[in-house]
Amino acid sequence: MSALAQPKRSGFDTSAMAMTAVCLLGLVWSILAAANGADAAMRTQSWLIGAGFLFGLLAIVGIYGEGGVKTEPTEYNESVVKAGAIASMFWGVVGILVGVVIAAQLAFPALLSWDAFPQLNFGRLRPLHTSGVIFAFGGNVLIATSFYVVQRTCRTRIASDAGAWFVFWGYQFFIVIAATGYLLGITQSKEYAEPEWYADIWLTLVWVVYLLVFLVTLAKRKEPHIYVANWFYLAFIVTIAMLHVINNLAMPASLLGSRSYSAFAGVQDALTQWWYGHNAVGFFLTAGFLAIMYYFIPKRVDRPVYSYRLSIIHFWSLIFIYIWAGPHHLHYTALPEWAQTLGMTFSIMLWMPSWGGMINGLMTLSGAWDRLRTDPVVRMLVISVAFYGMSTFEGPVMSIRAVNSLSHYTDWTIGHVHSGALGWVGFISFGALYCMIPWLWKRKGMYSRALIEWHFWVATLGILLYITSMWVSGIMQGLMWRAYNSLGFLEYSFVETVEAMQPYYIIRMLGGVLYLAGALLMAWNVYKTIKGDVRHTEDVAQPQSHKIQPAE
Amino acid sequence: MYDALAGFAQTWGLLFFVVIFACVLVYALWPKNQKKFDEAARVPLEDDDKPAAAEERALDEDKDKTNG
Amino acid sequence: MAKKRENPVWGWHKKVLEKNSIVLTVGILGTVAIGGLVEIAPLFYLDTTIEEVEGVRPYSPLALMGRDVYIREGCYNCHSQMIRPLRDEVERYGHYSLAAESMYDRPFQWGSKRTGPDLARVGGKYSDEWHRDHMRDPRSVVPQSIMPPYAQLENTPLEVEVVEGRMRALARLGVPYTDEMIANAVNDIETQLDPYASDYDNFLARYPGAPVRDFDGNPDMVSELDALIAYLQILGTMVDFSTYEASADENLR
Repeated sequence: MSALAQPKRSGFDTSAMAMTAVCLLGLVWSILAAANGADAAMRTQSWLIGAGFLFGLLAIVGIYGEGGVKTEPTEYNESVVKAGAIASMFWGVVGILVGVVIAAQLAFPALLSWDAFPQLNFGRLRPLHTSGVIFAFGGNVLIATSFYVVQRTCRTRIASDAGAWFVFWGYQFFIVIAATGYLLGITQSKEYAEPEWYADIWLTLVWVVYLLVFLVTLAKRKEPHIYVANWFYLAFIVTIAMLHVINNLAMPASLLGSRSYSAFAGVQDALTQWWYGHNAVGFFLTAGFLAIMYYFIPKRVDRPVYSYRLSIIHFWSLIFIYIWAGPHHLHYTALPEWAQTLGMTFSIMLWMPSWGGMINGLMTLSGAWDRLRTDPVVRMLVISVAFYGMSTFEGPVMSIRAVNSLSHYTDWTIGHVHSGALGWVGFISFGALYCMIPWLWKRKGMYSRALIEWHFWVATLGILLYITSMWVSGIMQGLMWRAYNSLGFLEYSFVETVEAMQPYYIIRMLGGVLYLAGALLMAWNVYKTIKGDVRHTEDVAQPQSHKIQPAE
Repeated sequence: MYDALAGFAQTWGLLFFVVIFACVLVYALWPKNQKKFDEAARVPLEDDDKPAAAEERALDEDKDKTNG
Repeated sequence: MAKKRENPVWGWHKKVLEKNSIVLTVGILGTVAIGGLVEIAPLFYLDTTIEEVEGVRPYSPLALMGRDVYIREGCYNCHSQMIRPLRDEVERYGHYSLAAESMYDRPFQWGSKRTGPDLARVGGKYSDEWHRDHMRDPRSVVPQSIMPPYAQLENTPLEVEVVEGRMRALARLGVPYTDEMIANAVNDIETQLDPYASDYDNFLARYPGAPVRDFDGNPDMVSELDALIAYLQILGTMVDFSTYEASADENLR
C-alpha cells in the first residue's frame, strides 16, 4: 500500500537498453563520418550529430544512475507536455523570424545577401523557414497537445514515460540536424522533405516510437470511447509515417556521405513528392490541428462539440479524399492528364468535409457566442477555424485546371498557403497554448490578457497584409506572364514582372513583421505566466473539470 | 499494364469512395449509436486532474480503512 | 466517483474496445494507402509508354556535380524546370517539357514557384560569360534581378572525388551509367573542361552532345562554377525535336 504511493522508478529496463544501443550506434557512425566522411558537408555536420548522441548517452547515465525514469500512474505526465509547449514557443519565434528574413531578402535583395555567407542565401534559408514553422513549431505543438489530450481523454498516464521523452528529445534532435543541414547545403530538394537520408532514418525511428506510445496509451484507456480528437491525432501519426517513408526512399551515395538520390525519377518522383507534399498539408497541417480544434474549443467554451456525428463523417471523408488530391500540384505538367483530373476532382470534393469540420467547430460555440467578445483566446480559436474555412475554399478553387494555369508558379500559392499557415495553423496553435499553459503550470490564467488582445489584433492585421499582397502580386504576375501586345508578342519580359512585385514584397514583409511581433508578445506573456506573475484580475482560464453552465 | 491500372484508378477508385462514404454515413447516422456519441462528445469535459488510476487507488484506500 | 467501474459497457469494453485502437489504425492505414496506391501505381508502368524521343541520356559527371550544386543552393525554390503547354510559356521558354526529359532526374527539379524564370530550356540561351557575370553579381547583367549572388562558386574547388560514388548510387537505381563511365568519371570531368584533352572523342561517345569547354574561364581550377554552368548549359537541349511527333499515339497520355 505505502509502496504504491511512491513514484516508481523504471530501473534500467529494455527501453533504456534500446536507447543506449541507438545512441552508441549513432555515436560510432558520427565518429566514422567525421573522420572518413565522403564529402565536406558530412564531415562538418557529423561533429554536431556526434555531440547530440553523446548528450543522449550522458542523459541516460544521469537518469538511470538515479534509478531510471519516474512514473506515477496516479498522475498525468505533464512535464513532457510542458517541455513541448516551451519548445513550440521557441521554434515558433525562430521559424517566423526566418520567414521575415527571407521575405526581406526578396524585397531588398541587394541589401540582404552576403558573398561571405552563402549559408544565408534565400535558397538555403527558405527550407529553414518552411521546416521551422511546419515541423519545428507545428510538430512540437502537435506532439505536446497530443500527449496532453490523449492522457486526459483516456484518463490514463502516458503509456511509456521513457518513450514520450525519447519522442520529445529525438524530435528536437531531428530538427537541429535538418536545420543545420540546410545551412550547410545538405538537402534532398524535395519540398517539405528536404532532410537527407540519415535524418530521415532518425525521424522514422522517433515517429515509430511516437506511434507506439500513442497507440498503447489508447489501448490502456479507462474510458469506453476513443474521443474524436484522438482519431485525428492517430490519422496524423499513421499517415505521416507512411508518407515520410515512401517519399524519402533514396539511395545514399555513401553510407558516410550526405548525398542521396531519390528511388524515383522524373514524373514518378514528381507524383510521389506531391502526394507527400499535399498530404503533409492534409495530415500534418490539417488533421493534426483539427484534433486540437476538437479538444480545445469544446474545453475552452465548456460545451461538447456541436455534432459528434458530423465529426465522424468529417474524419473519414477528410482522410479518404485528401489522399487523392496531390496531383493538383502538377496541372499541365508532364504528368498524365487523367491523374491531374483525378486530383482536381477529389480536391473539389474536399471542400465538403472541410466545411463540415469548420461548421462543427464554429457551432460548438452556439449558446456561448458572448465568449467571442469576452475571451480573446476563444476569438483566436474561432478566427483560426474561419481561416480554415477560407483556405479550404480557396484551395479547391485553385485546383481547377483553368484557375491553376494562372495561379501556379505565382505568389497566389504563397498567399494561399499562408492563409492556412498563419490563420489556421498558427492561430489554433496559439489558442491551444494559451489554454494549456495556465492549465499545465496551475495558474489562474495567462499573465496578461491585454497582451493576448494585442497579439490577436497585431497578428490578424499581419495576416491580412500578407494574404492580400500575395493575392495582388500573384494574380498580377500570372496575368503579366500571359499578356500579349497588339502585335501578338509577349508584352512583358520576365524581369519586368519581377520588378512589378517589389511593393507587394514589402507589404508582405510588413505583414510578417506584425505576425512576428504578435508571437514575441506571446512569448513574453508565456514566460511571465510560467514564472508565476499572474495578474489576478486578468484572463481567468476555465479551470479543469468544470461542469457545464447554462448560457448567459 | 499501365492502361489497365490507369483504367482501374479512374473507375473503381470512385466506386471505392462511394462505398466507404456510404458506410461512414450509415455508421454515423445509425440511431442506436446516438447515445454512444453523446457520451463520447462529453469525454473532454469530464476529464479530471488525475488519471482514473488515482480514483481506483482512493477507493482501495477507503476499503483498507473500513477493513482496518 | 466509482461510476466508471459500474458502467455496464465496461465488460464489453474490455473485450472489444481494447482492440479498437488497432482497428482504427488499420482502418486509417487502409483508407489512405489504397487511395495513394491506386493513383500512383499506374505511373510506375509508365516507362513502357513514355514518349519516344531521341537524345535523352544521363548527365555527364561534370553536369551531375553541377546539378548537385544547383540542389545544394536551393535553386529549385525559385526556378521551375517544367514548361507547361500554354501558349505564353511555349513562346517564352520553348517547347513544353516532356516526361522523358526528366527520366534521369533523381529527384525531379520541376519546382513549384517562379520567383525567377523557368530553367527547363536555359541551356544554350546565354553565353558562359553571361552566366559567370550573373553568378558573380546578378544585377550586373539584369539590373532588376532579385537573385542572390553566388560569387564564391568560382573560387570553390569542386569535390571531384565524390563523383564515382554518386554515379554508382544512381546506377544502382537504374540510371544507365556503365562501369566504364564510372571508372572514367573523374577524368571525364577534366576532359569536359578542355577541348584539347586526349580523351575528347571517347568522352563525347559516352555523353553525346555534351558541351566541352572551360566554363568558368579559369583553366587552373575545376570550380563549382564550372560544374554549375555545365549543368545549366545542357538543360533542355538533349531532345531532338525534329524527330518528335507530339500527336503520335504513343505520345498521347
